[in-house]
Amino acid sequence: MTGVRRVDVLVVGAGPAGLATAARLAAAGAGRVEIVERETQAGGAPRHSAHGGYGTLLHPLTGPAYARLLVTATRQAGATVRTGVTALDWAGPLALHTLGAEGPGTITARAVVLATGARERPRAARLVPGTRPAGVYTTGELQQAVHLYGQRIGTRAVVVGAEDVSYAAADTVRTAGATVVAMLTDLPGPQTTPARAADSRLRHGTALLTGTTVAELLGHGRLSGVRVRHRDGRTAVLPCDTVVFTGDFVPDHELARRGGLALDAGTRGPAVDGALRTSRPGVFAVGSVLHAVESAATAAREGAHAAGAVLDHLTGIDHLADAGRLSGADRADAVPLLVDPPLRWIAPNRVTPADRLPYVLRTATRLTRPVLRVTQNGRVLHRERLWTAVLPNRTLRLPAGWTHRVDPQDGPVHVSVLP
Amino acid sequence: MTVTAEGPLPTAPYDVAIVGAGVVGCAIARELARRPRLKVALVEAQDDIGQGTSKANTAILHTGFDAVPGSLEARLVREGAALLAAYAAESGIPVEPVGALLVAWDEEQLAALPRLAEKAEHNEYKDARLIGADELYAREPHLGPGALGALHVPGESVICPWTTPLAYATQAVGHGVDLHLDCRVRQVDRQGDTHVIGTGRGTLRARFLVNAAGLHADALDRLLGHDDFTVTPRRGQLIVFDTFARDLVQHILLPVPTALGKGVLVAPTVYGNVLLGPTAEDLDDKRATHSTADGLAGLRAQGGRILPGLLDEEVTAVYAGLRAATGHDDYRITAHPGRAGVTVGGIRSTGLTASLAIADHVVGLLETETGLDPGPVRELRPVRMDRRGTGPEYGILVCHCERVSRGEIRDALAHPIPPRTLDGLRRRTRARAGRCQGFHCGAAVRALLEEART
Ligand SMILES: Cc1cc2nc3c(=O)[nH]c(=O)nc-3n(C[C@H](O)[C@H](O)[C@H](O)COP(=O)(O)OP(=O)(O)OC[C@H]3O[C@@H](n4cnc5c(N)ncnc54)[C@H](O)[C@@H]3O)c2cc1C
Ligand SMILES: Cc1cc2nc3c(=O)[nH]c(=O)nc-3n(C[C@H](O)[C@H](O)[C@H](O)COP(=O)(O)OP(=O)(O)OC[C@H]3O[C@@H](n4cnc5c(N)ncnc54)[C@H](O)[C@@H]3O)c2cc1C
Repeated sequence: MTGVRRVDVLVVGAGPAGLATAARLAAAGAGRVEIVERETQAGGAPRHSAHGGYGTLLHPLTGPAYARLLVTATRQAGATVRTGVTALDWAGPLALHTLGAEGPGTITARAVVLATGARERPRAARLVPGTRPAGVYTTGELQQAVHLYGQRIGTRAVVVGAEDVSYAAADTVRTAGATVVAMLTDLPGPQTTPARAADSRLRHGTALLTGTTVAELLGHGRLSGVRVRHRDGRTAVLPCDTVVFTGDFVPDHELARRGGLALDAGTRGPAVDGALRTSRPGVFAVGSVLHAVESAATAAREGAHAAGAVLDHLTGIDHLADAGRLSGADRADAVPLLVDPPLRWIAPNRVTPADRLPYVLRTATRLTRPVLRVTQNGRVLHRERLWTAVLPNRTLRLPAGWTHRVDPQDGPVHVSVLP
Repeated sequence: MTVTAEGPLPTAPYDVAIVGAGVVGCAIARELARRPRLKVALVEAQDDIGQGTSKANTAILHTGFDAVPGSLEARLVREGAALLAAYAAESGIPVEPVGALLVAWDEEQLAALPRLAEKAEHNEYKDARLIGADELYAREPHLGPGALGALHVPGESVICPWTTPLAYATQAVGHGVDLHLDCRVRQVDRQGDTHVIGTGRGTLRARFLVNAAGLHADALDRLLGHDDFTVTPRRGQLIVFDTFARDLVQHILLPVPTALGKGVLVAPTVYGNVLLGPTAEDLDDKRATHSTADGLAGLRAQGGRILPGLLDEEVTAVYAGLRAATGHDDYRITAHPGRAGVTVGGIRSTGLTASLAIADHVVGLLETETGLDPGPVRELRPVRMDRRGTGPEYGILVCHCERVSRGEIRDALAHPIPPRTLDGLRRRTRARAGRCQGFHCGAAVRALLEEART
């Protein structure tokens, strides 16, 4: 279908976040709700995460099963899921140019939800020097190669990273019949559950090199090894024909950036308030594009939460449009929510007194039973001690019970940790 | 149309064999294809054309304003630039005429600009013009602080370095030139008036031989009994920034050359990226095309001074190329009348620009100096490199970052000179060349390649 089409809500990206948003909106009678998904299959990252860890405690699911469930539920709720359609660029404040097998098109909506997900930073972005051989992967590419296409990978792989996704990558390497030569992290220890780390070490005999970075890739044509450097300066060559760069996720923020939406310096995704409103009225953002990469459950929960705000916006437009005062009314009272080091980022990253969604944040260094403190212009809004250790690359949550204390006129709100 | 990458080689003798299918060898093959009576072979050691220095340069279509006046290089760059600009327009090779600014960052560099303007005049380039700091910053608002002025060279352009040799080779092959890939020349003997060329895939015979072996032109020359020069690889490392960086720079930002070399530039690419580089490191290993931590750190430090905003953008690729330096300030193009051949050596840092003029010059030498009877000359049918079909396949994007459709990938795979590797496919279509480097599309692109190759 080429030409201009009109829908009520256009959702970009059919991962857990986009699907959950669309399902909730369609069920709530938001009118015509359409998702465009550039892949030929809907489902997002779980499509190729062929391992457990999705679903709920009572109903654990693999990624692909979870994706199928969400897609079916969304269609049943009455939303249209169009796959093989890419949202290319903005055609107006609430309109997007698209491209699909039917050719180019434009979709105009009353609200747009960005759910474009995230990706891992590849070797080049991490500035890893060396030759440019074949056999260099990210987890996403590796999982798709093995689980979706049954492609052969090499025989001996080094996995860079020691967080959950790194262990998932190591499992995929083994599924493909290859050996994990070693895992490595520049941090002092693994960033996963002790059980998972122990399982990898004891049952699979996989060594984890801590305080270690990749100094150089070697080999012409095919990878022949990686040179690693330990924090004390020692280097060694690990012979291997495959290397997987895992973690180090960044939001796929292309549309957000092309649209000139305000971005958050920490997450590199669009800046949003607790209602998941971006800087442009009528444009919302949910899931990994806000915080790469949290669990699928978090993404889906946000989708459901955003649906409420989208509905408010749709009704709001109907009222305001009559009154002729549409601009910026949605988020006039939001102030920036900033983190102080060693915290790295927080999402949502703008706050209004009405926000109820818990915040997710990340730390750059390990913190033992830290105290989180929320302040605005020197005023303490909230203080809370966490009774566990907090690790880099692991989720840290901050409930939103304090937001009613935020004064919209009093400047940015800071989140810091006290040792 | 004959393109081979395995199996026996034809036994019938060729009139001319060109060794090396870089941008220079491909251009020569194309020029010879205009002589329908000649039987020509283009012989390449690697599995694709343009896999040597030609795949890893700075992609600038130079005016030659700063060449050594009076040198062969100066003439061939000047002529080549005009020829290639016209050819690119006819063939749909991406070119962007952005112009260059030689930016002076201190008084000494500022003082050097008038001399460079004069040099441009000597090189028959008339449009270079000095501009002050105000105009410079008006043209380049994101330039780092402290620039004092610049020489504006409006004629400099950026071009696609991969489409160019591919267009030449496509046209050559389409007009009867045989392309033999994976066919390294290991020895050359002489039987009567014929070169007997021993390759990794058997023997090839040719009456005339053109040595366009790039970095290895010196080694091949020695096999042919000449010992005129030695090639020293001079590495250039480069960083490619994300397309989001493109708005930061409007021109090719050149440094003012010093005794130490041409220095590091910042330039847009025809694909909307921004290039930073190259370094200049003299090495002794012709395979040392790897990047180094020091090289990258140095580039980032320099790039940060020229265009501070650059460092906030993502890097999409890092690569290195080796220039064929010969310790001599000019090309080394020599006819060997006694051995029925021409050596095309020392095509250092301008070979892409000069390629069509080099080809014209070399074929002229073959005819006038070595006695090749070319027969009649014909016009070649034009090639179109920018063909993009219509239909559903062209609407389904496989590589999302670079927006490459399944249709374009299928077309590239069905091309007369098909890619044999993911890298070859990337050079033809840009699939996997974007910011995700295959996170989203890598497996799907590989599946299409493998499907086509079985
Ligand atoms: C390797 C890996 C392992 C994981 N393991 C687990 C796990 O065990 N448990 C767990 O809970 N979570 C896991 N996660 C995280 C979980 O998958 C994500 O949190 C979740 O998928 C985020 O959902 P999303 O909808 O925000 O993004 P995605 O799932 O990334 O979906 C985004 C979708 O948007 C589409 N899109 C992007 N741009 C456009 C455009 N311009 N036009 C059209 N479509 C577009 C993409 O194609 C994609 O389908 C894992 C993630 C990865 C990468
Ligand atoms: C960093 C850098 C930046 C540059 N920037 C620019 C620029 O901006 N503009 C510009 O115009 N030029 C530029 N150049 C120069 C340009 O890239 C080269 O001049 C040009 O590519 C040389 O082409 P060639 O065909 O001579 O060599 P090559 O491309 O190296 O081709 C030689 C071929 O010969 C083959 N070969 C070698 N030995 C044998 C054998 N025994 N048998 C069979 N085959 C063999 C090789 O495999 C190779 O494919 C740059 C170069 C570098 C390194």
